[in-house]
Amino acid sequence: MKTFLFLYFTIITSFSIFLLQESELEASMQRGSEIYADFCVTCHLDAGEGVAHTFPPLAKSDYLLENREASIRGVKYGQQADIIVNGISYNNAMPNPGLEDEEIADVMNFILNSWGNSSDKIVTIEEVESITK
Amino acid sequence: MKKSIVSLYLIVVAFNFSCGQDTVNQVTTINDIPFHEELLVDDLTIPWGIAFLPDGEMLITEKSGNLYLFKNGERNKISNVPEVYERGQGGLLDIAVHPDYKNNGWIYLSYASEDGEEKGGHTAFMRAKIKDNSLINKELLYKGSPNTTKGQHFGSRIEFDNKGYVFLSIGERGARDDNPQDLTRDGGKIYRFYDDGRIPEDNPFLAIEGAKTAIYSYGHRNPQGLIKNPFTGDIWDNEHGPKGGDEINIIKPGANYGWPVITYGVNYSGTPITDITAKEGMEQPIHYWLPSIAPSGMAFITTENYGADWKGALLVGSLKFQYLELLKLDGTKVTDRIELIKGLGRVRDVVEGPDGLIYVGVEGKGVYKLVPNK
Repeated sequence: MKTFLFLYFTIITSFSIFLLQESELEASMQRGSEIYADFCVTCHLDAGEGVAHTFPPLAKSDYLLENREASIRGVKYGQQADIIVNGISYNNAMPNPGLEDEEIADVMNFILNSWGNSSDKIVTIEEVESITK
Repeated sequence: MKKSIVSLYLIVVAFNFSCGQDTVNQVTTINDIPFHEELLVDDLTIPWGIAFLPDGEMLITEKSGNLYLFKNGERNKISNVPEVYERGQGGLLDIAVHPDYKNNGWIYLSYASEDGEEKGGHTAFMRAKIKDNSLINKELLYKGSPNTTKGQHFGSRIEFDNKGYVFLSIGERGARDDNPQDLTRDGGKIYRFYDDGRIPEDNPFLAIEGAKTAIYSYGHRNPQGLIKNPFTGDIWDNEHGPKGGDEINIIKPGANYGWPVITYGVNYSGTPITDITAKEGMEQPIHYWLPSIAPSGMAFITTENYGADWKGALLVGSLKFQYLELLKLDGTKVTDRIELIKGLGRVRDVVEGPDGLIYVGVEGKGVYKLVPNK
């Protein structure tokens, strides 16, 4: 009986945490989609497809999904570096979009969970704050 | 006989070829480019605006907030530049030099500014003088309001006409349903001032209750090219449309250029914005780009430095396709589009210097000089 109760509460607790995170993620992605439409869409385009050799794709981008910290840093401070995304090299500058940490977390959550991308860990304001130039 | 058959054949082929081509919405490449490009000023992130002092010294703004004076191969950073709101498309933007600079020393700057009560920023317009590599006598001439945290569409090109007026473009700040068609609100407009910022007595909307009196024309989206046509004295703009609706317009007093009521473009997602491209009382562009090139910067070639054929042609930078576009004109009709310096980077500004040569600001690179091949 004890074991049952323990298991019961553990499962209920983890399930509700899971659901809570889901809705937190969804709310963040919703805000992030508005940031995306304002700051990102003109270059990275509506389905995150980018323009080959000019603006790197975000949809199913190996660079993005494997370099979480560098991607957040790029959004936070802008980026000028030669990078290779899905086998194509890009050397354009991305200007600093001037976003607040909360907005960066939101837009990252949107990008990391749209167009076939998925991430197991939600980007938090604390995570964005901790990333320095 | 043989010769005449060959020439007849060539005539027929040439005729078919010329008929089958829609020159206006198709950009072409040429082999006999009459110049080579030379990187004159390197290491600039986003050289947003370029202007020349009468003796050939060059002023360059960098969007991040830097202003440089380039002379004799040396770059000097100008201090005491206004603080800019660097967010999205905002930052330190255009620069212009008063036509009578020799006597009065005024330069003009546009930038995104947080001045004002609301959170966010809007386009500001300032004049100042340069002394000992520092800005002095700064005078704020205009500031769009209310501020908004939107990152889009500051516009910001500055241009003088022949009559002593100065024009400024402000984009619609990401509020297309609120700003461009409302004369009481800033954004989506081209403004006209006296050189000291006063409002001309014959500006078109002085009599309209609550209207912003500096407005000269409205219904614009985001004009990032503004140039006096040196042959007619008219002010021309180019502006970013939505997907497929970039335009060239000739700016007329009081005119409505239609955004977002009429447009040749659609939303970035492909959904329609409006189902009409023309309406009574709204101006038609003299040219629209399909697909969009994302135009920025604008210059006329006034000399024969690049050949007699190019005198009078218009140059426009393409951010999206990373080239400089030459548009040949027959009066106000675009007859040909030619792609130049493809692949150097996003072309942000293009100007004709006092030496009659063309200078091009390229993002991530710097300022290139187009040196004629002779």
